[in-house]
Amino acid sequence: MNGVHDMGGLQGFGPIDREAQEPVFHADWEKRVFALFFGGFAGGFYNIDMFRAEIERMPGHEYLRSSYYEHWLHAIEALLIQGGAVTHAELQARIAELQAAGRKEPH
Amino acid sequence: MTSLPPADTAMSHDHDHAHGHDAPLPEVVLRVKALEALLTEKGLVDSAALDAIVDTYEKKIGLRNGAQVVARAWTDPAYKARLLADGSKAIAELGYSGVQGEDMVVVENTASVHNMVVCTLCSCYPWPTLGLPPVWYKSAPYRSRAVIDPRGVLKEFGVDIPADKEVRVWDSNAELRYFVLPERPAGSEGLSEAELIELVTRDSMIGTGLPKPVGAAA
Repeated sequence: MNGVHDMGGLQGFGPIDREAQEPVFHADWEKRVFALFFGGFAGGFYNIDMFRAEIERMPGHEYLRSSYYEHWLHAIEALLIQGGAVTHAELQARIAELQAAGRKEPH
Repeated sequence: MTSLPPADTAMSHDHDHAHGHDAPLPEVVLRVKALEALLTEKGLVDSAALDAIVDTYEKKIGLRNGAQVVARAWTDPAYKARLLADGSKAIAELGYSGVQGEDMVVVENTASVHNMVVCTLCSCYPWPTLGLPPVWYKSAPYRSRAVIDPRGVLKEFGVDIPADKEVRVWDSNAELRYFVLPERPAGSEGLSEAELIELVTRDSMIGTGLPKPVGAAA
């Protein structure tokens, strides 16, 4: 399929921003997303092609606004829900719980 | 859009320590925590196994592997011939294979040809030999421009290719990944394989850089 992910030849994205001494991951959540990809893969919930297709199906504006590992997270969540490993409702409920717990924590 | 940082909200909370600072956890962090917690409770993932995966890609798999392949090819003509004939097999000889390195094609830089690699569709990259890709390789500016203005991109990387030298751009994909065998630096004839490894940079194996000159500080 074509879409914004098919970037070869597009113009207007500006200079290439390089980082000296770049770490492998830039945040702890990126590490977990990277590892969770393998978890879902090993569990048989998706293969590489399904994973890529899911990223390519992201709405164009979301794809451009989000980072590499956010693309991964999007695909992993979607494929695990499709595969029946978790439900959307379970995820939403757990996110709400974590949010509430965060608010209650003493400063 | 310049390069995309990881969600900017997450950038300031690298260690997930938002609590205690009156700042809510960024949404992306909550999503990841929720997902890992649920999968763990269901017995689908094991946190220790996830830690081990992270540790492997953070500390064990990296460009040293690719540098060894290059140095071997520079010093062993028979190995170089095997490498150019069947990249995956020759790289596996040195023990490097696996996820995202299953099908490798090695392209050789020569006096008349400079090769560089991009993945315009996503960010395909040879993990077993180079580790995980840097952010710029995955970014829109590199992916879009490498194929229409390779010489301009190379200049941005400080690499000036003479006009009479051909530049070939290879678009990696999920099935097949390219790897550049850089030219052996002038004056490196007397160096050992271990010394040569030190001259090989990550970018020289992507084709956006050249090996370090002989005598340059490590």
